[in-house]
Amino acid sequence: MSSPTEAPSPLTEHWRHFSRNRGAVAGLAVVLMLLLLALFPGGFAPHSPIEQFREAALSPPAWEDGGSRRFLLGTDAVGRDILSRLIHGARLSLVIGLVSVSLSLSLGIVLGLISGFMRGGVETVIMRLMDILLALPSLLLAIAVVAILGPGLFNAMIAIAVVMVPHYVRLMRASVIGELGKDYVAASRIAGAGTLRLMFDTVLPNCTAPLIVQATLGFSGAILDAAALGFLGLGAQPPTPEWGSMLASALEFIQSAWWVVTFPGLAILVSVLAFNLMGDGLRDALDPKLKI
Amino acid sequence: MALLEIEQLNVAFGRPEAPLIAVDGVDLSIDEGEVVGVVGESGSGKSVTSLAIMGLIDPPGRVLAARLELAGRNLLTISPRARREMLGRDVAMIFQDPMTSLNPCFTVAHQLIETLRIHVGGKATERRAQALELLRQVDMPDPEHRLDAYPHQLSGGMCQRVMVAMAIACNPRLLIADEPTTALDVTIQAQLLDLLLALQQQRGMALLLISHDLGVVAQVAQRVVVMYAGQVVETGALPRIFEAPRHPYTQALLAALPENNVGRRRLQTIPGTVPGQFDRPAGCLLHPRCARAVSRCVLERPALIDGNPGSQVRCHFPLDGEAP
Repeated sequence: MSSPTEAPSPLTEHWRHFSRNRGAVAGLAVVLMLLLLALFPGGFAPHSPIEQFREAALSPPAWEDGGSRRFLLGTDAVGRDILSRLIHGARLSLVIGLVSVSLSLSLGIVLGLISGFMRGGVETVIMRLMDILLALPSLLLAIAVVAILGPGLFNAMIAIAVVMVPHYVRLMRASVIGELGKDYVAASRIAGAGTLRLMFDTVLPNCTAPLIVQATLGFSGAILDAAALGFLGLGAQPPTPEWGSMLASALEFIQSAWWVVTFPGLAILVSVLAFNLMGDGLRDALDPKLKI
Repeated sequence: MALLEIEQLNVAFGRPEAPLIAVDGVDLSIDEGEVVGVVGESGSGKSVTSLAIMGLIDPPGRVLAARLELAGRNLLTISPRARREMLGRDVAMIFQDPMTSLNPCFTVAHQLIETLRIHVGGKATERRAQALELLRQVDMPDPEHRLDAYPHQLSGGMCQRVMVAMAIACNPRLLIADEPTTALDVTIQAQLLDLLLALQQQRGMALLLISHDLGVVAQVAQRVVVMYAGQVVETGALPRIFEAPRHPYTQALLAALPENNVGRRRLQTIPGTVPGQFDRPAGCLLHPRCARAVSRCVLERPALIDGNPGSQVRCHFPLDGEAP
């Protein structure tokens, strides 16, 4: 008997779909680069992020008149090298994204599973609570949470996580309800599975594709929100090289020294764009409904 | 004592003041090693009865029964934990649609081994060997390779074989098969029925076969229960019940079989549909669709009366047993 042709492994197949999308691959490349910078900032940054070169304060980028090769992207008002600060800031941005996305993702999964499984009273309470959270403007809500917890990078992450939770809960609940109607769930119950096993072993793996996509997109949202909080002085505190707070402290030089404002802004733009492109590509690769 | 004993099983959905009665006073008993067929149109309560046995009716559905016993244990008062232990070990179930009955995220081996791990135990390597042996027993082609296949890589017939393997993994005493062959094509249907029957005989387990295909039931069952609108309308042993039906509904079902309509231009049909939530008639539930209905049928609901030994019929004017 001839053995059947081996089907491509799921990973290979997903990669084939993903790589067809040029933008997604570009996004992935930028994300990988950010990851590299975040893991080894010392290896790439020419200077320390907090060292002040007073004699070279506000020196322009290297290609401008008066710029020097020593500070490629110029220096800020107290003479810190912008390039080095941006490179060290990449780690912060990724940590912010990772922590707040994992916090809200795990909370969202649990709440979504509970409300999907316990239709009725519990579900109503959870979902109406989420509706209330969604009804508040996200930045305002984040500011309110930070106001309660006090300013700081970690509290900003918690605030961002709280803001993002409703999206995951809704997504999870919708997928759970869709999956619960299928026979394999009944088959699993018949095999003697209890509610917890049904929730986490049977149903959860079948709901992951939309969650992965939402989490990737949420990553960029988290970076953006953290920058906004930092800009308002509620996130990372000086001298932490966080992109948002770099923008905030450079605000007064927007007319006189454009580079101090532009480069942190560009860094935020590029990384958010990269995560969004990658998320879109992931959705196309993982969502079977979009496959032809 | 019978393996499964049900008396006066009622299942209702919806608001209590306007309930949808899905199962209405069903009595059913199955002995060890017996093959019982349940037949009826869509909406006659066949599947809901089996789900009620398995305890899969969730609120707002309501299950009431005078008696619901499996292997001597009262399923009405049993704790959820003890019930879960019984499920899979004493009673297993196969569903209609094989393509959605397996978890798409895991391999065949993973799902088989999970069932074994919960109920049987043993070492990991032993369990894999057991899983392979189970696939052999259900005549899976190329079982070594199929162990690591995902459900979407298998055909419908193969998925159903995996379902059968999972169902028999723990040597259940009762196997409920809810339209196991409906979604398969005819050649595979025959193979799967042969397989179910062979396994039933090897293991001496009881089989409750739910189907709307009278031909399938006639091939395998020893006893048949005919259901209509949630009620049992006729029970009896094969082949007598199909050779000489006593209830007009059974007769009408048989008359609608293609093999009884050879040479006719059109199949004989039963006019109308099964009554739903809002048009449940008074009197005999079948009377709006019954050619023989008289005024007594409109006014008075018939009880299930004993006929020949081992057979019962729910009709004021049972047929005297002429061939259809």
